[in-house]
Amino acid sequence: MSVLVYINSQNGLHKAALEAVTYGKKLGEVTVITNGQADASLLASLGAYGASKVLVDRSVQSDDDQQLSNVISAAVTATGATTIVFSHDLIAKAVAPRLSVKLKAGLVSGAIALPAADGTVKVNVFSGKAFGVVKVNSASRIISLLPNSIQPEEVGGTATVEDFNGQAGEAKVTLKNTIKPEGDIPLPEAELVVSAGRGLKGPENWGMVEDLAKALGAATACSRPVADIGWRPHHEHVGQTGVAIRPNLYIAAGISGAIQHLAGVNGSKVIVVINTDAEAPFFKAADYGIVGDAFEVLPKLTEAVKKFKASH
Amino acid sequence: MKILVCISKAPDTTSKIAFTDGNTKFDENGVQYIVNPYDEWYALVRALEIKETSGGQVTIITVGSAADEAIIRKALAIGADEAVRIDADPKDAYYTATQIAEYAKTNGFDLILTGKETINYNGSQVAGMIAASLDFPLVSLASKLEVNGSTLTLEKEATNGLQIVEVSLPAVVSCAKGMAEQRIPNMRGIMAARTKPLTVIPAVAVEEMTSYVGYEMPAAKSACKMLTADQMDELVSLLHNEAKVI
Ligand SMILES: Cc1cc2nc3c(=O)[nH]c(=O)nc-3n(C[C@H](O)[C@H](O)[C@H](O)COP(=O)(O)OP(=O)(O)OC[C@H]3O[C@@H](n4cnc5c(N)ncnc54)[C@H](O)[C@@H]3O)c2cc1C
Ligand SMILES: Nc1ncnc2c1ncn2[C@@H]1O[C@H](COP(=O)(O)O)[C@@H](O)[C@H]1O
Repeated sequence: MSVLVYINSQNGLHKAALEAVTYGKKLGEVTVITNGQADASLLASLGAYGASKVLVDRSVQSDDDQQLSNVISAAVTATGATTIVFSHDLIAKAVAPRLSVKLKAGLVSGAIALPAADGTVKVNVFSGKAFGVVKVNSASRIISLLPNSIQPEEVGGTATVEDFNGQAGEAKVTLKNTIKPEGDIPLPEAELVVSAGRGLKGPENWGMVEDLAKALGAATACSRPVADIGWRPHHEHVGQTGVAIRPNLYIAAGISGAIQHLAGVNGSKVIVVINTDAEAPFFKAADYGIVGDAFEVLPKLTEAVKKFKASH
Repeated sequence: MKILVCISKAPDTTSKIAFTDGNTKFDENGVQYIVNPYDEWYALVRALEIKETSGGQVTIITVGSAADEAIIRKALAIGADEAVRIDADPKDAYYTATQIAEYAKTNGFDLILTGKETINYNGSQVAGMIAASLDFPLVSLASKLEVNGSTLTLEKEATNGLQIVEVSLPAVVSCAKGMAEQRIPNMRGIMAARTKPLTVIPAVAVEEMTSYVGYEMPAAKSACKMLTADQMDELVSLLHNEAKVI
């Protein structure tokens, strides 16, 4: 089966792109389609994850959804692909639905596993509180894979890189400016996250959260009230109405664990909760818990992490 | 300016999530439905603010059954002028989006607003599909929206930060946090909502490109291991050796 994988290569190859290629490889022969100015040698390195060919449309610099859906659909025609794979990021959320209508291909968004033997695909629903099993009725299908659902696998091949003209057309949305986020690690992609809530009492106490994050190489996050009262920037707010994340490790200090907060973090592989209240609901969702004062526990944990890093 | 706001229902965020009929149907027993928060707090309220400053009309549309009229009245009470219900089970995003696009085609809207996603299916599909069917540009996950004549200036989340973009009307915009503040309907709004027009129209025939054939609950978490503040070296070693996450 011919599989087309769209990846965003504008700011280097992220882990999510390697996951999507690995996912595609398990379904068939992978052609990657991308856009922008990434070095051919960088794109060729996708061969190691199973891509046979990389098509790159260098005329499309932005992530305009109309242009990208034109380019991807041209690549579908060129390769005869019947399965198209995206990483379920902000680009896929705009482009995949448009492509689905254009190609009349059923869209499975938020897939968390490979298709089962009967072709059905498992997805996250109810903000991570359950899984749905989706059957695609159309001849072609589009699967948008939730980041951190499978691990990239090196299979050791090489990929040819070809320039591709996907007849993108004009962008109708004009990009005026980009404001880069302050944090070093974008939250949705972070594998380790340190998060804190109202229990931290005030913005002046976030130094100890940042120290732990720095020691671990983690991103920082917060509960909604903390962003609402302006202690932390809005892009750090996780939960039902904020960002949904699925890191390998989520450390929550001074967060009660309200259901709306859990909705954004319950896909995390491992959860550590630090709370003075032994009855805090978050402990029910946690793997490791410390009943204690964040002001004491966070610095101690940071020291322990530093000691561990120094000896490993 | 004629604005169409797409409204869907969603189970109240504290609802117990369970399934019946051999895990093929969502168990609606005891479930309270609300207006999907993104649709209500951000899309609808921003539409009303635009109308208040620049004039125009705000129509809400939902694809759903008669039971959904409670959430339609809520949206009318917040301030929408009129409502349309397409009488059908919103089977999948493509089905839903096509119904809305067909209605929009014959009724000429300048701006179509949706929420960022429904909190039950979290698909983020409907907005892009409406835009594709109408061949309108889409700005997804917008956190700010300003109108200058026939041009919109928006702030949206992108993979490399926040983008400021411009687009000419007509356009589709999916709305995320930041766009507006929640409004609580007042008594006058609730009374007025009772007499505002609610038009029910039949669905058009559309194939179902995807179907939900079953549901599963995640495996129960094993009991939480408790440690004290003085056992942080143990915690780090558990995270390394047992959980294998650092
Ligand atoms: C529709 C809706 C959507 C929502 N969406 C979101 C969302 O997306 N994300 C979100 O986070 N919330 C969301 N909320 C709000 C949510 O219900 C909670 O109110 C919120 O998560 C609570 O934040 P918190 O845990 O930081 O604060 P609190 O509930 O005030 O909890 C503070 C916790 O810190 C503990 N604590 C106090 N002092 C210390 C100390 N020194 N050391 C350690 N622990 C301490 C306390 O025991 C307590 O458990 C939403 C609510 C609604 C109604
Ligand atoms: N049944 C529906 N009727 C009207 N609008 C809907 C319906 N379902 C979804 N929408 C709109 O599409 C948005 C995205 O939904 P989804 O693609 O399911 O995440 C929602 O926030 C609504 O604005």
